[in-house]
Amino acid sequence: MKTAPAAAGWTREQMAQRAAADIPAGAYVNLGIGIPELVAQFTGVDAGVIFQTENGLLGMGPAPAPGHEDPELINAGKKAVTAIPGAAYFHHADSFAMIRGGHIDICVLGAMQVSAAGDLANWSTGEADAIPAVGGAMDLVAGVKRVFVLTEHTTKTGVPKIVSACTYPLTGRKVVDRIYTNLAVIQVTPAGLVVRELAPGISLEVLQQHTGAPLRLAATVPDNSPGAAS
Amino acid sequence: MIGGFGEAGSPIELIHALIDQGAKDLTVISNNTGSGRVGLAALIAAGRVRKMICSYPRSANSTVFPELYRQGRIELELTPQGTLAERIRAGGAGIPAFYTAAAVGTVLATGKEVRRFDGREFVLEPGLRADFALVKAQRGDPYGNLVYHKTARNFGPIMCMAARITIVQVSELVAPGGLDPETVITPGIFVQRLVVVAQPAQESRLVKEGRSYP
Repeated sequence: MKTAPAAAGWTREQMAQRAAADIPAGAYVNLGIGIPELVAQFTGVDAGVIFQTENGLLGMGPAPAPGHEDPELINAGKKAVTAIPGAAYFHHADSFAMIRGGHIDICVLGAMQVSAAGDLANWSTGEADAIPAVGGAMDLVAGVKRVFVLTEHTTKTGVPKIVSACTYPLTGRKVVDRIYTNLAVIQVTPAGLVVRELAPGISLEVLQQHTGAPLRLAATVPDNSPGAAS
Repeated sequence: MIGGFGEAGSPIELIHALIDQGAKDLTVISNNTGSGRVGLAALIAAGRVRKMICSYPRSANSTVFPELYRQGRIELELTPQGTLAERIRAGGAGIPAFYTAAAVGTVLATGKEVRRFDGREFVLEPGLRADFALVKAQRGDPYGNLVYHKTARNFGPIMCMAARITIVQVSELVAPGGLDPETVITPGIFVQRLVVVAQPAQESRLVKEGRSYP
């Protein structure tokens, strides 16, 4: 696929902050591994948001201070975490009953590809020598009420991750609600992809050059142009 | 069945005892495939495992399984993590199979029965039972009642239910009455053997030290 010139847009922290801003108070949220983990820096218990980690903790807190790690208190990425006051531990069947039973409000996941229909591919390249590893991704997209994708807009080599149809093996069909990238915030709708917000300095034309599926602009988008009052 | 999510809850001492015991041609149901050359990874490296049923067979410091898998020397049944947990829970509860939405429309649903309920598609998944479960818990009493430690609980309670013989290593054995019945997580009926390992090894530390077993 032809690649367009590089575009910068938001930093990873700004992307995470933008996604965090759309998580309402009272939400139970599951964060995927990678950029989604950064979301916890911008929302949390003070904003009325409770994080679930599927290995068995509701009320996940931030990473512990160095030297205070407990190898038996970890997140789904197997990194040391803390438990907030009021947290609960549970076994895997209960944890995935929360996820598959529709009790988790939002999950934020990384992506290899997202299609215009909201199909997500984020677990395998499908290559012959790849070791397939799925973890909880298929359970999350099947059971969580709203699925946010948080990802760089293109691969490191500039190939669009947002495509008309995924070529990698799917995690789920028609499961993604909203895509947060370094270039834009995009809503998946039955009528296709709708751009709700553009990163500073990014035009719809530039965004389209980096996207493998048709985009249209929402009726109203915030003015993020450089120099605009924020 | 072998408990644990990564090193949390992995019954390293029981796995090493299984290596010493010599059983081979095993099918192992566990979320991961171990790290370094200790614990589950050592069991696999020793050539004792014919097939893994798991959700995430590769992770940091996990090299034993990927090598054997690429060489075609070990089978893999990949199962979404929640489906794996529910298959174990169902097996323990006497439920032979169940329908779930996870994996519908993906390669992991290939060849499986799909049925529509209330306009949505679900895939049929079989329950899982095992001859033996190896589980790590924090404290137990002589009846086999157990409590766990933080996120090391993970697959322990459901694996205890789903095996013919469940063997549990506990850090501490207390007298009857030493566990508050209101806080017991695994009732003793699901546990057949209890072994005290007062100070269990920490897998990541062994890996960091470059240790291998045996």
